[in-house]
Formats: sequence, structure tokens, C-alpha cells
Amino acid sequence: MFDFSPPLIDWMTIAPLIAVALTGLIALMVEVMMPKRTNGGIIGVSLVGLAVAGGLLINNLSMPNSETFSGMALRDHFGTLLQLLLVVTCGLSILFSEGYLREKRIPFGEFYPLLLWSTMGAMIMCMTRNLLMLFLGVEVLSISLYVLAGMSRSEERSEESAMKYFLLGAFASAFLLFGISFVYGATGTLQLASISEAWTSGGISSQALLLFGFGLIMVGLSFKSGFVPFHQWTPDVYQGAPTNVTAFMAVGSKVAAIAAVWRVFEGFQIMSDYWIPIMSWVAILTMSVGNLIALLQKDVKRILGYSSIAHAGYILVAILAHYKNPQAVGFNTVFYYLLSYALMTLGSFAVISLTAHSGREGTMLSDLNGMWKRAPFAAASLIVFMASLVGIPPTSGFVGKFLIFSDALQAGLTPLAMVLAVNSIISVYYYVGIAHATVVAEEKRPGKSGRPTFGLNSTCLLCTVGVFGAAIFYSPLMNFLQGR
Amino acid sequence: MQGTYLGLLFLIVIAAIVCGAMVTLSWLLGPKKKTPYKEAPYECGVTPVGDARERFPIKFYLVAILFILFDIEVVFLWSWMTAFKKADTNFMVFSFFELLGYMATWVVGYVYALHVGAIDWDETTSLAPEKLGKKHNADEQKENVA
Amino acid sequence: MQGVPLFAYIALALFMFTVGTVGVIIRRNPIVIFMCVELMLNAVNLTFLAFARYMPAMALQHNAAQRAQSQMAGQMMVIFVMAVAAAEVAVGLGIIMAIYRLRENIDIDELNLLKG
Repeated sequence: MFDFSPPLIDWMTIAPLIAVALTGLIALMVEVMMPKRTNGGIIGVSLVGLAVAGGLLINNLSMPNSETFSGMALRDHFGTLLQLLLVVTCGLSILFSEGYLREKRIPFGEFYPLLLWSTMGAMIMCMTRNLLMLFLGVEVLSISLYVLAGMSRSEERSEESAMKYFLLGAFASAFLLFGISFVYGATGTLQLASISEAWTSGGISSQALLLFGFGLIMVGLSFKSGFVPFHQWTPDVYQGAPTNVTAFMAVGSKVAAIAAVWRVFEGFQIMSDYWIPIMSWVAILTMSVGNLIALLQKDVKRILGYSSIAHAGYILVAILAHYKNPQAVGFNTVFYYLLSYALMTLGSFAVISLTAHSGREGTMLSDLNGMWKRAPFAAASLIVFMASLVGIPPTSGFVGKFLIFSDALQAGLTPLAMVLAVNSIISVYYYVGIAHATVVAEEKRPGKSGRPTFGLNSTCLLCTVGVFGAAIFYSPLMNFLQGR
Repeated sequence: MQGTYLGLLFLIVIAAIVCGAMVTLSWLLGPKKKTPYKEAPYECGVTPVGDARERFPIKFYLVAILFILFDIEVVFLWSWMTAFKKADTNFMVFSFFELLGYMATWVVGYVYALHVGAIDWDETTSLAPEKLGKKHNADEQKENVA
Repeated sequence: MQGVPLFAYIALALFMFTVGTVGVIIRRNPIVIFMCVELMLNAVNLTFLAFARYMPAMALQHNAAQRAQSQMAGQMMVIFVMAVAAAEVAVGLGIIMAIYRLRENIDIDELNLLKG
């Protein structure tokens, strides 16, 4: 016999999450009820549900920080903003997916629920400081993505990418979990907040457990966010998976993994003397390896895969700058860069998805030739995204890189800032290569490519507006980020 | 106390020695006469039939996958039930409704699995052509003609 | 405390985890690789349960209720790990089936379309 009183729960904190999950269930039911219709209804349901979730999140932004579910769900400015970014990402991916899926001949209705649940997992990772929830978020995100990566069932490379993603993802989760188990041993709880107490009051043995646990957790999260030396799966999986899935994978999964890295660093801040030097090396390697190998690639999706590794390195620099000097550097840079990364990457993949035609898809650089004539608007927006990825003003990519650069200098991470600058210059080569293939190079044989649908054009338009808008309305945005 | 487990350790060591000795000695000392009958794999005393690498219908895997999923749901029910037996009314009422929510998601999953024919032995599901939309179907026909 | 010491459990878990890791790296059959991942997850479960039982972080728990809560956290984690592992198995077997349907062969070394 024990006394039990129903817990007081702040439902508003998890309302967006419930909205997204229920939308997924409803979308699945629509598919079950009407299997012989086009996916229009499912898309409508999904977009409405995402809009509701977005509204709830905007409402949450103005509410005070709080924890509920015994510290498992957290509402703070950073987490809510990232969740909003994820919801927008999911919506933009849904917008351009249908046309692509039809051209690929794989318009399974299950795509949309799985994408929504994947978003839900990513949102969980952003809104918790509890290691159990972090693990569940990682798994909900990844398991849906494993299925989505292998969605093109008759295409060997899609299945191969699903298999690689699945095996390495499961391997990485095992490392993450083993790390969590050692942290649990040292602290006796699954809360990241209790680590500093365990570090100061625990003896040498619990400090050793914490260091070991931190190392293993970072191995797991490095796999998920694509830090060198755990990046090898990224280009393979990006290349093989259907392009719209790659778009979501490159953005949603990276945003969530970066959020998780941020939270874990926050928990282990007391040990920052140990990990900042190591993670600085990881950042240097991630930036350089990503950019250097991208120079050798001929496949657009692989180039963007390596570029996403390099961008993960840039963001890691911003995170390290914050934890090196928490008073001077806030989370704004990380959020701003993630926002700009999300818009330009999602937009690029949306345009690249146009190469699919009648069940076939070529993703080599030469397949982009002539895009300028077939889909002028999409090609023009691809140029904008490439300019932003390079970091040419007045795009948000430039502002983001500039912010990271100045943050790194302010925090005293001058070597990292130098490596970042050099890498930005290296990266010009392959981004210009993509732009060149799209606009300048003549097509050898009259190529076929899918017609840009209304959804794809609107994704491109929204991303382009976002890329410019985030740069032009920089100071209002920053005020908004700081909650003013 | 280490002493408690000493007996177990001895048992393991003795078992290993006895088994090892029986296998090794019979292999060393025994006569070796090879006949085709002796070389054949042992299948419970029955003469082996067919190739050992016979393929299973892939449907077995599908059923196994569904079994794993619906099997693991009990893990949560079991721990809930253990607490439920000795709990007060408040907990019973509260957790009952929580459990309804939990089971509802399983039911949705089950309905979906039934719907796509995952447990129909003969049926294979494929994409309904209507999914591609009217315009695209027309396109395809034009291409096929040309 | 009587019985097997905490150290023995952790050592066994580390051993299992290492065996699993090595298996993932050297084996070629995806099903065997996945069995190795499961072995790693079981090592994790063993660690959680051992820590929940022996509570090395005793000093941080100030009263009995906190200790019970702390113990429960570890046991709860094990249940979730088991559930998630089952979900992963389901998806993994599905992917393996899909590959098998396409090429009647699931050797990892022959999955080499994606490179560059």
C-alpha cells in the first residue's frame, strides 16, 4: 500500500509534442480509411497539425521557464525556439515531398506520419534535460528515419543506405546508453542537472565514472550529429536515401543532435576544463575533413553530405565558444546558424529533388545541367542557397559565419576562428561547382526532369525569403531571440 | 562472502574438465572409420532429406517482426500491474486512464497492420495506382505510347 | 553487502560491451552485427541494474524516498531500453528483408553502391 496523489502536470509544455504525435496518428488513420486516394488529404492533415503545434510553441515562447513530469520535460527559450524550427522544417519538407515522391513512383501515404513522428523525436531531444528522455528522443527520431531512408523499396541504393544508417545508428545508441549508465552510476539519477553535485561531492571513483560516461555519450552523439571521426555514414546515407528524406535528415536530425550536444555540455559544464580542448580538436577536424573531402565529390547529394559535416563543425565552434565563456556568448549564434543552415540546406535538397523523373533519379553534378531552362525559379533559388552556404552577403549564411567567427574570437578560441575562415574559403570551390553545373554548363543530351510543383516552388520561395530575411532583419530577430 | 560461490566455481571447473576430457580422449583414442553414413549430419536419427540451406518463406520474418512488437508491450503492462496490485484507489483510477491512452496507440498500430495485410499469408501489398494522381498516370501512358 | 560485488557486474558488462563492439566491427552478416548490438544493449542493461541495486552514489541521496526514486530510475531505464531494442529489431529485420527481396544476398561487403 502506498499513498499516491496524481501529479501536477503543466500540459502546455508538452502540448506541441502531443499535437505532432496525434497529427501523425490521424494522418495514418486517413491512409487506412482511404488507401486508394492521392495523398492530398494526408498532407492537409499534416500541415494543419504542424500549424497547431507551431501556434502552441509560439504561445509557449512567452511563458516562463518551467520543468514538469518530474524534470523530464523542460520549457525554456532555447528549446522552444528549436522546436519551432523543427516544426517549420517538417512543414517545408512536406510541402515539396509529394511531387518528388510521385516522380519517384513511391508516394506511400506512410511517409507523412513517419516524418511527423521523426519530428516528434527531434522535439523531445530539444525539450529535456533528462537522459532517459534524451535517449527516447534519439530513438524515436532515428527509428522513423531508418524506415524513411529505405522507403524506395525497389532501389538498391536506398535499401543500402537504410541498412548502413540502421546498423551505425543502433551502434551509436548503444554507446550513448552505455555512457548514460555510467552517469547514472555516478549520480544516482538520470538528470543532467545533478552531475555537478556528483562531481564536487563524489570521490575519485565517481569522477572517473562521469568522465568515462561523458566520453561514451559524446561518441554516441557525435555519430548522430556527424562529427569527425564518426562521420563516415553521413555521405553514404545522404546519397542513397530519397532526396526529401535526406533533406529532413540533414536538417531535423542535425538540429536535434546539436540541441542534445548543447544540453549535455550544459550538464557537464563543471568538467569543461577536460572536454573543451578535446572537442576543439574535434571541431577543427570536422570542419577540415568535411570540406576537403567534399572537393573530390561528383555527386551533389554527397557534396551536400560532406558540407553538412563541415557545417556541424562550424556550429560546434559556436557551442564551444559559449561554454568557454558563458557570460559573453549566448545561445543566439547557435540558434541563428541552425536557422540559416536549415533554410539553405532544405532549399538546396528541394531543388535537387527535381532531377527525379518517371521513377529514375540522377544526382550527379551533370544531372543538374540545363536546370536553368527547365525550372528557372528553382535554379535561381539554388544559386541563392549556394551563395548562403558559401557565406556571401547579404545572406544569412554570411551573418551566421560572421557571428560564429566573432564569438570564437571573443571567447579566446582564436585557432578555431582561423580554421573556420580558411575552411569557408575552401568551401567556395565545390559550392560554385554546383552553381556552375546548374546555370553555366550545357547539357549534353536533352535531360528529363520533373516539373516543379506548386509545393516545391513554395518551399524554394519560403527558404529564399528566409535566407535573405534573416540577414536583413538581423537586429529584430536577435532581440526576439533574447526574449525582448 | 566469497566462500558462498566457491562451490559453484568448482562445479564449473569440474564440468569443463570432464566434458573436455571426454571429447578429447574419444577423439584421440577412438578408431577412425569414415563411412558416408557417419559423415551425414545427424537429424534426430532420421535420414537427412534435402539441402540444409533450405530457404524459409520470408513471411515468417514478417510475422516474427509483428510478434516482437506486440510482445514487448507487455513489459510496460507487467510493471504497471505489479504496482497496481498494492496501490490505493487514486493510483488505480489515474493509471487506468493513462493505460487506456497507451493501449490506444497499440490498437492503432494493430489496425494499421491488419489493414496493410501484414499478417495475410498470401497477400502482398503494393502501391495503389491512384496515389500517383491522374495527371501522372496520363503522362505515363503518353510515354509508353511514344 | 553479501554476494557478488558491484565490480564484478561492471567488469562483466564491460566485457560484453567490448565483445559486442568488436563483433560489430569484424562481422559481415547484418543479422550477426545486429546480434552484437543487442549484446551491447544487454551490457547496458546489466550496468543499469547493477548500479540500481548497489547505488554507488549513496552519498547524494539524503533520505529513503530519494533512494527509492533513484533505484526506480535505473530499473525504468532498463524497461525502456528493452522496448526500444525491440522496435529497432523490427525495423532492422524489415530492412534486411527488403534487401533480401532485391538481391537474395545480404552480405555487408557486397553493399557497395554508395561510395566516393
